[in-house]
Amino acid sequence: MMYTAPVTVDEACQLLASNSAAKVFAGATDLLPQAQAGRRLEDVLVDLKRIPRLMNLEVDDQGWTIGAAASAARLAEHSQLRSEYPGLVEAVALIGSDQIQNRASLGGNLCNASPAADSGPSMVVNEARAVIVSTAGFRTIPIADLVRGPGETSLEPGEFVAEFQLDRPAARRADAYLRFTPRTEMDIAVVGAAARVAVDDAGRCTDAAVVLGAVAPTTVRVGGIAEELVGSTFDEEALARCAALSSEACRPIDDKRGTKEFRRHIAGVLTTRVLRLAAERASEQR
Amino acid sequence: MTADVTPYKWVGTRSIRPDGLEKVTGRARFGADYHLPGMLVGVVLRSPHAHATIRSIDTSAALEVPGVKAVITRDDFPEITSEEAMSGESVVDYRDLSRNIMARDKVLYIGHPVAAIAATTRRAAEEGARAIAVDYEVHPHVLTVDEAMAPDAPILHHDLITNDPEAETRGPSNVGKRHFFDRGNVRAAFDESDVVIEREFKIRPVHQGYIEPHAVVADTDEDGRSVVWCSSQGHFLVRTLTATVLKWEPSRLKVVPAEIGGGFGGKTTIYLEPLAIILSARAGRPVKLVMSRQEVFQASGPNPGARVRVTIGANSDGTIIGAEAWMAFEAGAFPGSAVGAACQTVFAPYDIPNVGIEGLDVVLNTPKAAAYRAPGAPIAAFAVETVLDEVAEALSLDPIELRYRNAAEEGVASTYGPTFKRIGFKETLEAIRSHAHHAAPLKANQGRGVASGFWFNAGLDSTATVNIHEDGTASLLIGSPDIGGSRASMALMAAEELGIDQERIRPSIVDTDSVGFNDVTGGSRTTFATGMAVVEACRDVVATARQRAATLWAVDVEEVEWQGGRAQHLSGSKPPLTLTEIARSAAKTGGPIAATAALTARGVGVAFSTQICDVEVDPETGHVKILRYTIAQDAGRAIHPSYVEGQMQGGVAQGIGWALNEEYVYDETGRMENSSFLDYRMPVASDLPMIDTVIVEVPNPGHPYGVRGVGEVGIVPTTAAIANAIYDATGIRMRELPMSAVRVHSAIERRSDDGTRTPVG
Ligand SMILES: Cc1cc2nc3c(=O)[nH]c(=O)nc-3n(C[C@H](O)[C@H](O)[C@H](O)COP(=O)(O)OP(=O)(O)OC[C@H]3O[C@@H](n4cnc5c(N)ncnc54)[C@H](O)[C@@H]3O)c2cc1C
Repeated sequence: MMYTAPVTVDEACQLLASNSAAKVFAGATDLLPQAQAGRRLEDVLVDLKRIPRLMNLEVDDQGWTIGAAASAARLAEHSQLRSEYPGLVEAVALIGSDQIQNRASLGGNLCNASPAADSGPSMVVNEARAVIVSTAGFRTIPIADLVRGPGETSLEPGEFVAEFQLDRPAARRADAYLRFTPRTEMDIAVVGAAARVAVDDAGRCTDAAVVLGAVAPTTVRVGGIAEELVGSTFDEEALARCAALSSEACRPIDDKRGTKEFRRHIAGVLTTRVLRLAAERASEQR
Repeated sequence: MTADVTPYKWVGTRSIRPDGLEKVTGRARFGADYHLPGMLVGVVLRSPHAHATIRSIDTSAALEVPGVKAVITRDDFPEITSEEAMSGESVVDYRDLSRNIMARDKVLYIGHPVAAIAATTRRAAEEGARAIAVDYEVHPHVLTVDEAMAPDAPILHHDLITNDPEAETRGPSNVGKRHFFDRGNVRAAFDESDVVIEREFKIRPVHQGYIEPHAVVADTDEDGRSVVWCSSQGHFLVRTLTATVLKWEPSRLKVVPAEIGGGFGGKTTIYLEPLAIILSARAGRPVKLVMSRQEVFQASGPNPGARVRVTIGANSDGTIIGAEAWMAFEAGAFPGSAVGAACQTVFAPYDIPNVGIEGLDVVLNTPKAAAYRAPGAPIAAFAVETVLDEVAEALSLDPIELRYRNAAEEGVASTYGPTFKRIGFKETLEAIRSHAHHAAPLKANQGRGVASGFWFNAGLDSTATVNIHEDGTASLLIGSPDIGGSRASMALMAAEELGIDQERIRPSIVDTDSVGFNDVTGGSRTTFATGMAVVEACRDVVATARQRAATLWAVDVEEVEWQGGRAQHLSGSKPPLTLTEIARSAAKTGGPIAATAALTARGVGVAFSTQICDVEVDPETGHVKILRYTIAQDAGRAIHPSYVEGQMQGGVAQGIGWALNEEYVYDETGRMENSSFLDYRMPVASDLPMIDTVIVEVPNPGHPYGVRGVGEVGIVPTTAAIANAIYDATGIRMRELPMSAVRVHSAIERRSDDGTRTPVG
């Protein structure tokens, strides 16, 4: 096993191109526990944390650029990110403990491709983009196209994610994330739910979306949410119909972390709660 | 209540623990921290089947793997004849113990050891393990008491005949033993009762959850002697058990205690030590074995799961006149669960004239159960204390008042035999009733529950040596591992006796060759029993010091008294002599000053706890949040109040985990599905409120400072207190542990389906 720590994107691309058995990592908070559990480590490990571009966290008029290896703690501490994407930040801040927060990255969370990854629903609901790089150059894809299934991404051999992009949010728009876990911390989502809501001056819904995690092989964008809510003031009945849509959209499994039925039910409960939370936040914004 | 003024200078203070600095700097050495030159790494090959006969084991390919130095199997261990003995507080059968450590004809659970390998690297040892060919004949397995007791159940041990004098059939069975106890006529009592409530309960197995996995280094020499470094709750017990399963004289073994990262009863037995010793003997080099977390879960003792039925009959004035319990415990692969202790403790807090108790010890294809904090009692209390809550409701009585009216006190013949001496049960009830928590307001979806519990505590054997150095400081040589701060308590009691500063006393936990025999740190006995040995040895030292002063003064020893750490002449005519001065001149007055006390500690004081808990239940998800928790417990006397509170809080914290999330989940093949701390959900700090403690002090007349044990009783009432609080919040009676969100939610759903408040469980 060889450890490498390139300092430029090019160098990292070269390493990957010349070693078919190379693997990138950032915080290694998924990589090392998996190795301890018996998974063989690749022959060449490429540490991305020394590459400035991958540790970047930047905002301009165009939008946000988040380096794929930047730590969760850095994202969580960024007050402007917190006020523009409160839901994404609350999702990222839920990952692990303080120790894990200092290591874990958005790139690792998404590319590990666990159906329960906490940042997945928020990134998809906010229509983030992944900037992918290899010796062949850069390409940008919608975040929803990054993960194919448990442990499986759409990255080609030799590719890795350099950064993520998010647009600057419009006025009176906000997101929120809630997850259900038996424990308060150090737990894996039984269900995760992210919502994005936009409202008009009167607090009436102008747009809404819900994305669920941990209830299917990949994140699930719940269809029909905007149709139910646009024009409403998030009344009980409309929210209940959204909850039903979410429960319907789940394709959960039974496992030690929860039964199918329970997951479906919780997806509905969280949908109502997360939409309400996002709506409150959107109304408070100018 | 904690008396504000005591006659003591040191006892009852919150001194800094002698082992604190080493622990916070990471210098303290735990079981896995020992490294010897030339040391090999061992791994254990474990059964992939829940129940199978081992036809053959071929180790030849493993021995060919580069780096592999030794491979051992059942052929390397002697056959042990069946003999029951005490192992700490539990009963152990040496034959079963030896067969649990290394499978012989059969494997009985997934994780049962079938071979062990020592090699120069872990990787080589793992490769060696993969190269061992084991031929199994797989049998059907049983995973619950119901399956194990079914008429056509597969039999685990063909030589196991139920130990039951009343049994009609005498064939092989999965029921190891039937315990029973009757007093009065319980059936007639139920006929006369104004209210009779009978309920059934299911409890899943849980693990003690000590953070430190089992770990050992053994170095066996050419003379056939071995030195063993390991963390345990009793290195003398490790010596006895290991020597027995190896058929060695105990004196061939020296066991050196490591610091221990939690045990909670689970380290009052052995798993790895004999394997490491034999591997070391075969390889001629030291060998280290450390369990992974998965091995800890799959192969070390869980607390048994159980099925329980409890019936209680009471008169309208709240007098309980009859109580009956039936309990079937999952002993795991070999008999010997704590069901006996459950039978003894089930109704122990109460004064009940008519009692019927039956307990079954059932074997099944899961790891052999081990002791866990007040073994057996929490399971019994979960049932009894929730039924009592229903009785109180049926009689429109306050639940604390119901308990108070029936509480055992001095002079009451306990349901397990002895007549109680001075006990503090009622005082714990009063402490909770008068606590601000009891009257605090609650909001919607919130509820409050109370429950009480009992534990015997243990005395057993202890030895301690006190050496006075020439600078007047003292060392205490102790043979009881310090799990909860006992070194601090020993130093405080010694300081009180010797009259010197606690900082001038250094307590050390020393190996089996360096101090006399000590039973385990278990049964909440160490501060009581080993503390008693320390006090006796200190008194002996004081007698010697007085004698030395008398020699120096050329007076009769009767004229010398010991006060404030100094010898004083009764006349007051001589300047007092400090211990330092006496120690410095010891060579001239008769030589070194030291004393050893070796004793069987009698006069154990039993312990009671009463607890009150507030929860909030999310009606949409079934999630239970613990809002507030207060525990009152009779400590007799708190030598070091912080560590008494630590034990109380620790018991409650573990009880909360047991109540809400912890459980063994098996798939249909008998494999534990959640053998990691991610999926075996012990509470994390943010799951718990600050647990308030009220130390009740009703001194135990059997101890020089009034100590009762405090380590165990704190966990006994917790699951019931939470279940009662959930009922208060939701109107739902949970009768299955854990009360996870999934279970609570489905109970809420079932209720809303039929629109009633029927209890479920
Ligand atoms: C104790 C603990 C608690 C945890 N709690 C949570 C939790 O609450 N919620 C949650 O979602 N997760 C949790 N995790 C999982 C993990 O911490 C997160 O998924 C984390 O975000 C992973 O980031 P990382 O940088 O450490 O990933 P790494 O381990 O470095 O990488 C993970 C995977 O992603 C790949 N990868 C990493 N970066 C890139 C990149 N830029 N391009 C392409 N592939 C890449 C790696 O090759 C690897 O396969 C927890 C883990 C632990 C150990």
